[in-house]
Amino acid sequence: MSLDQETVKKVARLARIRLEDEEIVKLGPQLSNIITFVEQLAEVDTDNVEPLASVVDINLELRDDVINDGGCVDKVLTNAPETTQGYFVVPKVVGGENE
Amino acid sequence: MSNLTHLTIKDALKGLKSKDFTSAELTQAHIDAMGAAKDLNAYITETPDLALEQAKASDERRAKGEAGALDGIPLAIKDLFCTKNVQTTAASNILEGFKPQYESTVSSKLFDAGAVMLGKANLDEFAMGSSNTTSFYGNVINPWKSQNSNKDLTPGGSSGGSAASVAAYIAMGATGTDTGGSIRQPAAFCGISGIKPTYGRCSRWGVVAFASSLDQAGTFARTVEDNALLLRTMSGHDPKDSTSAKKDVPDFVAALNGDIKGLKVGIPKEYRVDGMPEEISKLWGQGIEWLKSAGAEIVDISLPHTHYALPTYYIIAPAEASSNLARYDGVRYGQRADEKDLIDMYELTRAQGFGDEVKRRIMIGTYVLSAGYYDAYYIKAQKVRRLISEDFKKAYEKCDVLLTPTAPSAAFAIGENEDDPIKMYLNDVFTVPASLAGLPGMSVPAGTDKDGLPLGLQIIGRPWDEETVLKVAQKIENLAQFKLWSPQSK
Repeated sequence: MSLDQETVKKVARLARIRLEDEEIVKLGPQLSNIITFVEQLAEVDTDNVEPLASVVDINLELRDDVINDGGCVDKVLTNAPETTQGYFVVPKVVGGENE
Repeated sequence: MSNLTHLTIKDALKGLKSKDFTSAELTQAHIDAMGAAKDLNAYITETPDLALEQAKASDERRAKGEAGALDGIPLAIKDLFCTKNVQTTAASNILEGFKPQYESTVSSKLFDAGAVMLGKANLDEFAMGSSNTTSFYGNVINPWKSQNSNKDLTPGGSSGGSAASVAAYIAMGATGTDTGGSIRQPAAFCGISGIKPTYGRCSRWGVVAFASSLDQAGTFARTVEDNALLLRTMSGHDPKDSTSAKKDVPDFVAALNGDIKGLKVGIPKEYRVDGMPEEISKLWGQGIEWLKSAGAEIVDISLPHTHYALPTYYIIAPAEASSNLARYDGVRYGQRADEKDLIDMYELTRAQGFGDEVKRRIMIGTYVLSAGYYDAYYIKAQKVRRLISEDFKKAYEKCDVLLTPTAPSAAFAIGENEDDPIKMYLNDVFTVPASLAGLPGMSVPAGTDKDGLPLGLQIIGRPWDEETVLKVAQKIENLAQFKLWSPQSK
């Protein structure tokens, strides 16, 4: 399947990656080639085959419901681009033009 | 002291024990060698001060008789492992300056055993690549050169810096990660050995995630035995990684008893791909002869879905990556673009922070997971993944271990295969199937091509049977008598 420019724009939006027009023009055929490549799988008969999500038979165990970490706000915030009073700072959300 | 850098880990441990030299001397020799090999760009961040501090502490422990299993051994740590207070970038612009406040389980196990960190090794951005040319911090150069050309060659990827540093004697060993071949292919390209253990053998905690159902940590070293030494320390259950296995870690070093008599070695016919260079099929044939001569029985087997492994991988890995990399949003860590609106800030941060290959894979992953396509691509790929995994299970009813080439070519020139992403992806044609099935795989250098460049053979084992993999690899190592890189091999 070939991805037209509208589809590339939509996917970029979903992935939250801003693309310039020339990037969209370049990416379209590259992504289409990859999608065509993976579409070979359509040849494989997978009727009655269960999807495989994990290769190793490990039973996930529940741990005790106790607090075993935390109390390290400073560490959590160390690498943040902007913080104030123990919080992450982000651009204003309420009342913005977007969503 | 420069010959200290050419020791194996095993011999260095002996030398440290018998006080022939100190870890401070061993470490300083490596730091000096790193200074002389800057053109390889094998490290993103060098940590000489930390290394010397760790070496000094190691010497003090040893003097007190408290030395650990790897005490005083200088290593390179792939810059995908979070290291406390040392910049960890995943070779991406988006993580430049990121200093983790915790230590990955694998690196902390190594440090607990006394290992010294020389620095953080370069890699493909977020481990996405097969040539180490997608790093924001520049290409890594393979220390090997073709006898017929002076062109810079790729070390392979994604763990290119790890492989190049060990091959160039600026680390005694290195950690790597392997999602579709990122340890085995660079090991082959750089003429050293490297093992990706069974999925779940090493904890993924603190390893920057690429594709979580495939990512697995492993090792690089110049001998199979050194790999066994490193892997023994790195392995083991970790409550912080729910996919790490509650299994005892065997003594991988003790498994190297040299006896492969009666072992059944499977040769998968589907790996004889069209257009395989004659040198590679010849080397493969040579490997078969070596193992036969050592008493192994050769069994022809079939892995019928091999052809579909790469397309399966290029759905599953990007899908998981698009989800894992959603966390880079400019809020909690990493780079942030200056925008007034939140969505604009996300979009520009990610546009500026990610390189082309990472963007491509996030886009593919987002597309195959998007509404209306999820079943057709992602679920379909998971079903084929089961068929691939079952192929191996059936094969292991007839044999104990598989022998294949590691990669379809020797190291290529930097810039080659860049015009078409699919061409680059084909590098991993022999390594991806074992990754999808979660099996242990090791590459061991076995010969050279017409240009004098190293070629590797791959040994794939049953789940949790790294011991047999290592044993067979060491047998090939002994019989191949492969000559490691030396400045003369230029």
